[in-house]
Amino acid sequence: MTLLRGRGYASVNYPTGMNLGGDPSQALIHATTMGAFVISLSSVDLGQGLKTVVAQCAAETLGMPMANVIVDTADTDTGPHCMGTFASRGTHRVGNAVIMAAREARDVMLAVAADELEVDAGDLETDGTGFVRLKGSPETRIHIQDITLAAHFKQGKTISGRGIFLKERNYPVPETGEMDPDSCQAHACTVADVEVDDETGVVTVLGLHNTYEIGRALNPAMAAQQVEGGGWMGVSHAIFESTEPYYPASRDHGPVDFCEYLMPGPAEIPVQESVILERPASNGPFGAKGIGEMTANAPIPAIANAIFDACGVRLTTMPFTPESILRGLDALRA
Amino acid sequence: MPRVNPIDGDYFRDERKDGDFKVIGKTVQRSDALGHVTGRTEFFEDRTFPDLAHIKIHRSAHHHARIDAVDTSEAERVPGVLRVITHRDVPSNWYVVLRLIGIEPNDEPVLAEDRVLYKGEPVVAVVADSEAAAIEGAARVRVSYTELPAVLDVEEALAEGAPIIKQAGTNYFVYEGHHARRLRFGDVEQGFAQADHIFDWRYSSAPIEHAPTETTGCIVVPQSSGRLLIHSNTQAAFFTLDNTALILDRPFSDLQVKGGTVGGGFGGKVDVMVEPLACIAAALTNRPVKFVYSRAEEMQVSSPRAAERIYIKDGVMNDGRIVARKVMLYVDAGAYSRHSPYGTTKACAHLPGPYTIPNVYADCHCVYTNRTPSSAMRGFGVTIADFALESQMDRIARALGLDPLQFRLRNAYRDGDLKAHRKVAEGTALIEVIQRAAALVGHDLPEEYRALSSTTPRGEAA
Repeated sequence: MTLLRGRGYASVNYPTGMNLGGDPSQALIHATTMGAFVISLSSVDLGQGLKTVVAQCAAETLGMPMANVIVDTADTDTGPHCMGTFASRGTHRVGNAVIMAAREARDVMLAVAADELEVDAGDLETDGTGFVRLKGSPETRIHIQDITLAAHFKQGKTISGRGIFLKERNYPVPETGEMDPDSCQAHACTVADVEVDDETGVVTVLGLHNTYEIGRALNPAMAAQQVEGGGWMGVSHAIFESTEPYYPASRDHGPVDFCEYLMPGPAEIPVQESVILERPASNGPFGAKGIGEMTANAPIPAIANAIFDACGVRLTTMPFTPESILRGLDALRA
Repeated sequence: MPRVNPIDGDYFRDERKDGDFKVIGKTVQRSDALGHVTGRTEFFEDRTFPDLAHIKIHRSAHHHARIDAVDTSEAERVPGVLRVITHRDVPSNWYVVLRLIGIEPNDEPVLAEDRVLYKGEPVVAVVADSEAAAIEGAARVRVSYTELPAVLDVEEALAEGAPIIKQAGTNYFVYEGHHARRLRFGDVEQGFAQADHIFDWRYSSAPIEHAPTETTGCIVVPQSSGRLLIHSNTQAAFFTLDNTALILDRPFSDLQVKGGTVGGGFGGKVDVMVEPLACIAAALTNRPVKFVYSRAEEMQVSSPRAAERIYIKDGVMNDGRIVARKVMLYVDAGAYSRHSPYGTTKACAHLPGPYTIPNVYADCHCVYTNRTPSSAMRGFGVTIADFALESQMDRIARALGLDPLQFRLRNAYRDGDLKAHRKVAEGTALIEVIQRAAALVGHDLPEEYRALSSTTPRGEAA
């Protein structure tokens, strides 16, 4: 038995959004009388952190602390339309819609504050802690709670805003495939290190070394979660998963539970190290691009290429099972 | 402290203009994290109702068969069974979820009528007081079939003389009169003729399951107003609402979807598979009804990631420039369209990968076979293509004795390049992620490759 080590490379890009069916999302925002801002959406947070990241977009735009932002989603009676959470579109589309809504609400907020302070709204700024203050004269200030109370009980104004992001639908040209299918592209390069056991055919992914260009890391810890969670799925796709082990020859032997459908457990998770680059997208919220889906992609070919580097077997069918490795080694020895 | 990857600000420094953000770019704890790790997050299935009824499905036993007779009499006699639902109870039985964006035809029945096109296709739904009674009822449905020849291979499905399994008359989705989504850029045959080397290889994959922790499901609760409230783990609340209303043939305002908390999606919860039948059952019984996939259903009859077969033929010069790339892509859509026509177009838009190649030709086929319909899954159209494209790049580099990263850098797309789908590239950064990854692992690049930049137009490059 020999443990053979190898290294493989892959570089990829990935589109944000997919507007060939039209790709809109809306957001509404309103202030409560006590200084909170409620963002109403119908968007779905799949666990990637959409609710958190759009709250950050709202807080940044309003100039208010995160604690003042409440996200209410996803109820079709109360939230405006969203196409859904797919195509790496959530952060980009919903983030943009929330920024637009927050800008409108901010303008009203500043106008109300200006009336209370008897100054010009254009001379006001937010301090990020909950106050609106006069530029250059920070002692002239008013707290958001006093602004929202004044708006409701004194000035008779709603501090609210409407936002939508729409990239217009594009129709591919049938003859040539000419089209404008996306808003921007994120980029990645993965270097995979593997170990192949030439007796059992088992592949162990030792490490994934990644560089991701994602426009803007709106929340660096959640970006890390995306990269590492997706890397796990890439490893899983590469060396474990299929609902039809004998595709396409036979439809039989399909796994029906997690005893038969294998995925990496704690012992099979590689070490990951990643570097983030930011080239802000002109149309992204604070420049962000979508990376929800792409993080599973580059690891797969990087692992295939590393397996070849390790043992000389070129696997062209996913997943890269021990059986396929052993058959490949047999063919090399023949 | 959460783990954070370093951001290398040396790249694109002029474009980043950061520094004045107060919240953006900062690590804020995920709002749902504490609920998830303490078990307090409320998922749709955590809602309990005293009179909750349950749905289970009787499914096709064959890959392809004519239905001769359906006998539900024994099922109806199972104690606890409230109602048996067949296609006759579905107001608008034929649908395709993408009709919301104008995709035709409606090619899939909610419940099978006179034939089944895959093993596991729903034929009859049984509503019962308990899950056990629903399972027992579904097991007692008797269906008589006449088996028909099945097609289980994408290229065999397209071959002359193959049994036509689709009502529309072709075993492939028709893209505006074409048998495939086409990409035509430059003259690929001329490119091959001028190339020093030709590389022609095949790649393939098998279907992959989304494997969410929480299986697909919903609970529908009839309201005193006459509306139906749908608690769902859908990834797309209005997409589910609109498709469900069309199948029910009811006004859209009759329905309300509440969701937003999902135990894993990955594209597996955009197919609108459970809500229509649960709504029909709730309306017929006037009781809250739950329809949730078992793990076995999630793995074998819910849509997987499509299996793909990809042929890539490249023409390459001695110096490593790729001058022509031809791709023949076959996406196994399974028995019905679902989101696959869209995914196949997405695959087409992704070709020929992140490289600037002057001559590109692709036919991207969305092919129907007698297996579980595939549909959306994380990166569909791109994930498997990237496996094929980047394996191809590795093999060519080795065949020509080129460094794998230098070979990619030589062909990497840059700002201003015209992509094969005729969109001008902007905001590119492939060169920089390769350079930074090389530095990360100590892979030496010669100065001329370290000096490359995505923002330097190709013609002006050194």
